[in-house]
Amino acid sequence: MRINLKINGENYELEVEPRTLLVYAIRELAGLTGTHVGCDTSSCGACTVLIDGKAIKSCTLFAVQAQGSDITTVEGLAKDGELHPIQRSFKEKHGLQCGFCTPGMIMLACDILENETDLKEDNLRRLLKGNLCRCTGYQNIVDAISDASMVK
Amino acid sequence: MIPAPFEYYKANSTDEALKLIRDFGEEAKFLAGGQSLIPMMKVRFARPTKLIDISKVQELRYISLDGDYIKIGGLTTHRELEKSSIIIEKIPVLAHCAHEIADIQIRNVGTIGGSLAHADPSADYPPVVLALNAVIVAKSIAQEREIPINDFFLEAFTAELRPDELLVEIKIPVMKPNEKAAYIKIGHPATGFSVVNCAVKITLDKEKIEKARVAFGGFVTVPYLDEKVGEFLIGKPANIDTITQASELVAEGREVIGDYYADADYRRHLAKSVFVRVMKKALEI
Repeated sequence: MRINLKINGENYELEVEPRTLLVYAIRELAGLTGTHVGCDTSSCGACTVLIDGKAIKSCTLFAVQAQGSDITTVEGLAKDGELHPIQRSFKEKHGLQCGFCTPGMIMLACDILENETDLKEDNLRRLLKGNLCRCTGYQNIVDAISDASMVK
Repeated sequence: MIPAPFEYYKANSTDEALKLIRDFGEEAKFLAGGQSLIPMMKVRFARPTKLIDISKVQELRYISLDGDYIKIGGLTTHRELEKSSIIIEKIPVLAHCAHEIADIQIRNVGTIGGSLAHADPSADYPPVVLALNAVIVAKSIAQEREIPINDFFLEAFTAELRPDELLVEIKIPVMKPNEKAAYIKIGHPATGFSVVNCAVKITLDKEKIEKARVAFGGFVTVPYLDEKVGEFLIGKPANIDTITQASELVAEGREVIGDYYADADYRRHLAKSVFVRVMKKALEI
């Protein structure tokens, strides 16, 4: 079936099966490989993207369901060559080691900074529980998000 | 992981969804948030040949105050519940429960109706809706009916819903000033699913317990209202001695499940201890 997805403000007309998961449509059909597949079981959060401003795990949604929504991937954050404030703080605080979990962490951070009010460290750590960093680099990830919240 | 193929149908209204399920019968499933169904389809525990996508049926997404009840549309997400000012004010234990579910991403998509219909014995909602004495509203093209929550959970992953019915609404009595409720989950550290969870709603008459609804999940195949514990509490003073004595009755005569991570004896012990903590939390003692 043919579907239309709006990703980072651009329209993509894609040929999918109903069972095609959103993350595969984004990566393999739209060619946006910034969104990663980690566990493929909605545990690790590497595939996190925003749908209408809300973080979701794109391995656990069918592509066809995302029609009519605004999808934002990590590629859509920087504007005119300027990093998004969250990207900038991940860079400054070195919120990454191997970088595999980073796009998912950053997309979740976008939701947290937009929708959560208690950003104290212990709560922030709990809010991040849907995303895993196999390098265990959590300290700097938490620092980066805290830092971005100050900027905001 | 790729689910088995299926035909996709999008419903734009409740009526449209109910007509489709009547025509398709048991080979079709409703797709709400999909946060349980899609993982099950990926590992092919579930292989529906037709999916009726109801995730965009806006008329099933609401939280409203109607007299003594809060009415919640089946497609209301966990995140909407945890952030709802009506829920936080009128039934704070439900907001807390919704917040305990999985993680932000799953709470943004998963729905209360989907979770209850899925009837996972380790899910967060069952003990809470049992303690709160909720009413489930199920609709088919032929009729709409109300199901008392005591009759809703039948077996593991099986709720009192017919193949042609959709869970459209959950009605929960608003908390009164003399009613206290709390919920605690001990989750598995990796999966987050409950090893034991417990919710209570206590009605106080001055210092005494007038009514008590105590419900458990996680360590049994069907979440249940512990009537023995509830009856013991009635008429007793709301203090730590009462709670300790009542905890001895928790899960009495119940078959308790165990596994590699948490065996049955441990879960039974944990259930008593969690009950004590939930009671203390509810009564603020």
